[in-house]
Amino acid sequence: MTKIPVYLDINGHHHELQLEPRVTLLDALRDRLGLTGTKKGCDHGQCGACTVHVDGERVLACLTLAAQAQGRTVTTIEGLAREGEMHPVQAAFLEQDAFQCGYCTPGQIMSAVACIREGHAGSDEEIREYMAGNLCRCGAYPHIVAAVRQAAQEVAS
Amino acid sequence: MRDFSYLRAASVDAARQAAALPGAMLLAGGTTLIDLAKCGVAEPETLVDITHLKGLNGIEVSERSAIIGALAKMGHVADHADIKSRFPAVSEALWQAASAQIRNMATIGGNLMQRTRCPYFRDPANFPACNKREPGSGCSAIGGVTKGHAVLGTSDACIAMYPGDLAVALVAFDAVVHLGQSQVPVDDFFLLPGTTPDREHAIEPGEMITAIEIPGSASARRSTYLKIRDRQSYEFAAASAAVGIEFEADGRTIRDLRVALGGVATKPWRARAVEDALKGKVLEPDAVRAASLLAVEGATDHGANHYKIELAPRVVARAILKMGETA
Repeated sequence: MTKIPVYLDINGHHHELQLEPRVTLLDALRDRLGLTGTKKGCDHGQCGACTVHVDGERVLACLTLAAQAQGRTVTTIEGLAREGEMHPVQAAFLEQDAFQCGYCTPGQIMSAVACIREGHAGSDEEIREYMAGNLCRCGAYPHIVAAVRQAAQEVAS
Repeated sequence: MRDFSYLRAASVDAARQAAALPGAMLLAGGTTLIDLAKCGVAEPETLVDITHLKGLNGIEVSERSAIIGALAKMGHVADHADIKSRFPAVSEALWQAASAQIRNMATIGGNLMQRTRCPYFRDPANFPACNKREPGSGCSAIGGVTKGHAVLGTSDACIAMYPGDLAVALVAFDAVVHLGQSQVPVDDFFLLPGTTPDREHAIEPGEMITAIEIPGSASARRSTYLKIRDRQSYEFAAASAAVGIEFEADGRTIRDLRVALGGVATKPWRARAVEDALKGKVLEPDAVRAASLLAVEGATDHGANHYKIELAPRVVARAILKMGETA
């Protein structure tokens, strides 16, 4: 199929790519732009490892066509830190030891940032419900909940 | 995933025209369509992206009704203050569906077009026989692993379950699907498999969902969506019920009752027999439990899904009694 031009705004940088229309945002990020922080887990919208923000909302890059993201603002895990300072959620994940192998972690963090911003991190129960789209095969869930709780409190204070 | 051409529709009319061409499909949130394209189930030649169209994502709630634009996101509707207060079952059905990420992508119109999660339907490489995919090819689910298959509304051709939550609440409250100028009751929008399981929705090429409308009512205001599943979150229903209730002035006698089932049928399943058995009666646990058994009248199992026939009436009864407690 003929490639089409796709303009993407990723972490404040503009990119012009020539892509087959079927290329997902996830594959464009990883294979074309070298932004491999966004992970490919299931590639079917079931695990959350590919979570990124589009226009400030958490979505799954594996089920988003790159072409659909044209004209939108995309933020990945690489775009979270500000001037070398870790985002509070990143710092909380470190502090709470909220991972083992780390593969799901970028997706967990992107999801947690949005979860807190949405106002869905008010209790452990609510955190568990609204973080349910991010699976952790290592089972680090108690520490992940603790990290989200800590970051939510820091953001609120 | 087979490649396709991609175009952004400039207007609803342009989208309808483009999507009416052979091989073309509308693309909204993509959470079903892109997934099924990766599975080799959907093989579009052209995707007509409608997500950038303006004016189709509104949520207007009045005393009379809620009108929700086809491109409103599931998550936004779930969190909408007036939907929560006037149509709690709709909000609850939405936030208990999928994940937060998917709810930020998936649209209300696309949600109605969601396909079944039948594992045989989703796996053409290993299971060539599927009447829903290839009419006349047979059904791999019948005689297969049926734990997640329907017990109501099935046919010899297909036992695939309707997996959605929202439409269960919609069918309970007589919502209407707007296809531009024409309107179809949600109950009629979803088709029974019969001998044509490949046809799931009463929508023709060149038509497009533009909005759904839910009439306001006392029973919609006092409503809930109870979803029972194998794990607490991010899972399809083992059985679910949308229930709404309105009492007479005495606060005990049931004036209006709405009951619909999810997770057990081939389409969102209105349980009018339960409603009729309890309307005019005083809400009382034994009567509710007895009437709830009518929810699965005519159910047939295929082995491993037998539990749904026992589970569904219990879910219905629990939801009705929960709504009664708040009297």
